[in-house]
Amino acid sequence: MTISVRNLTKTYGIQKAVDNISFEVKTGEVVGFLGPNGAGKSTTMRIITCYQAASQGDVLLDGVSVREDPDNVKKMIGYLPENNPLYSEMAVIDYLKFCAELQGVEKSELEKRIKEMVRKCGLEDEKHKKIQELSKGYRQRVGLAQAMIHDPDILILDEPTSGLDPNQIVEIRHLIKKLGKEKTVILSSHILSEVEATCDRILIINKGKIVANGSSADLRKQAQGNELLTIQVELNGNGDKTPKSALEGLPTVMSVESINGKEHYYQVQSKPNTSSKKAVFDLCVESKWYLLEMKALETKLEDVFRELTN
Amino acid sequence: MDRIWIITKRELASFFDSLTAYVMLVVFLGLSGFFTWLSVNNIFVQGQARLDVFFGISFWTLFFFIPAITMKSIAEENKTGTIELLSTKAITDWDIVVGKFLACWILILVALLCTLPYYITVSKLGNADHGGIIGGYFGLALISAAYVSIGIFTSSITNNQIVAFLLALFIGIFFHLIFDLISSGLKGTLGSVFEFLSARSHFDSLSRGVIDSRDLLYFISIILGGLVLSATMISRRNWQN
Repeated sequence: MTISVRNLTKTYGIQKAVDNISFEVKTGEVVGFLGPNGAGKSTTMRIITCYQAASQGDVLLDGVSVREDPDNVKKMIGYLPENNPLYSEMAVIDYLKFCAELQGVEKSELEKRIKEMVRKCGLEDEKHKKIQELSKGYRQRVGLAQAMIHDPDILILDEPTSGLDPNQIVEIRHLIKKLGKEKTVILSSHILSEVEATCDRILIINKGKIVANGSSADLRKQAQGNELLTIQVELNGNGDKTPKSALEGLPTVMSVESINGKEHYYQVQSKPNTSSKKAVFDLCVESKWYLLEMKALETKLEDVFRELTN
Repeated sequence: MDRIWIITKRELASFFDSLTAYVMLVVFLGLSGFFTWLSVNNIFVQGQARLDVFFGISFWTLFFFIPAITMKSIAEENKTGTIELLSTKAITDWDIVVGKFLACWILILVALLCTLPYYITVSKLGNADHGGIIGGYFGLALISAAYVSIGIFTSSITNNQIVAFLLALFIGIFFHLIFDLISSGLKGTLGSVFEFLSARSHFDSLSRGVIDSRDLLYFISIILGGLVLSATMISRRNWQN
């Protein structure tokens, strides 16, 4: 099922929470919304799930519009809202039944679906407990279970792993990845490593606009400028030239900087679209220096994120 | 209708899972039973096979109890954010409001049903005015529905239960008492307008055993008005800034 968001705008007063956003998500794709707090991630999700109406623009799910046919749209979507609100006084299994009935799951299917979700989300031992007695991790699983109870084609998950411990995060990620193969998934997060680990594609949103759209590798490449190497050498006896000036003399090198006062420790930036690795090695051999360290600096997704959203 | 009933079932279950329903039933039966059978001005003192005392006291106890029952219905959902869950399920805002309305009303009807032994006792004691008693119950049921609807509305505009409770009492007291007081001090058209607005006058005419379409119209308008306003308040997320 394809989600296509078309020129979506949502204004609160004079402030534009979402500003003319358009994108598509295809079946089997897991897309991550990334952005600082207040960037418009939740608002976009709320519009897709028919919780809020857009000021302008539309969202089509396989051609069905959220404006014109919210009833059908809601059936196709499983939604985990931000902060995972739940009826805390209900028992897990009653709650799942309530959600399944609301989503129009057939009576004959009801038992089967609930059992399956309890098993998939690892709620076997907790199913008769009241939700208020559960730990945060289990609540999150209940939230996921209710979102998937009617086997929707589309899953919209607003910060699905917030508040979980590292083990639980890994489990939930596995679950999402597994589900992502047959469903269309959009999830939001402000944790970069999480989006990188679970999503096929990343949309970075800032101030209501999409500032980047692509796989994590794409984004890195896009942000990465010239090759950056850190190099440490040890001189053997008395060299006639200092390493710094020798490095600067290499044809592919653009600039050399010493790193925080350490001896013979440099950061070497190459000219655009060239690599200096081999030349540096050859230089060391020629000058009889020991090459202690040579490392290519990889642009981190964090840097991409910071650059795009600042 | 299916979807409305799913909401109603959950709400009723939550009344009966918590103490709300039991406290309400016990206090209501306690108060109405005491004043009907034991207090100074009880049925035996009056010496007539009527339930006027009971209807008089229920008229007031329900007025205070209903806001206490309805205050939680939507205010709590607004506060905990579960309204977002409900509104993104395959149901409409109208389904939510009507489901909650029915749940609260059914709880009141259960309380009224529990007083059926009063009717049986009275009709064994003497020659009961069956028309008046049935009309009285019917009137109580309708006036309760109207106040439930007002209570659901006040609950939908806030996320604070106390505010919802007080506001429901405030709006309710106009229909319950103030319009009646105003109408008794006025003559002519204005007086009859206020008399028509007063819930008391309609309740009184019903409990005389006369079921008039004007009374029905009055209560049904309040009920529908409250429900429409509540559904509008829930959908305000779409247009609010």
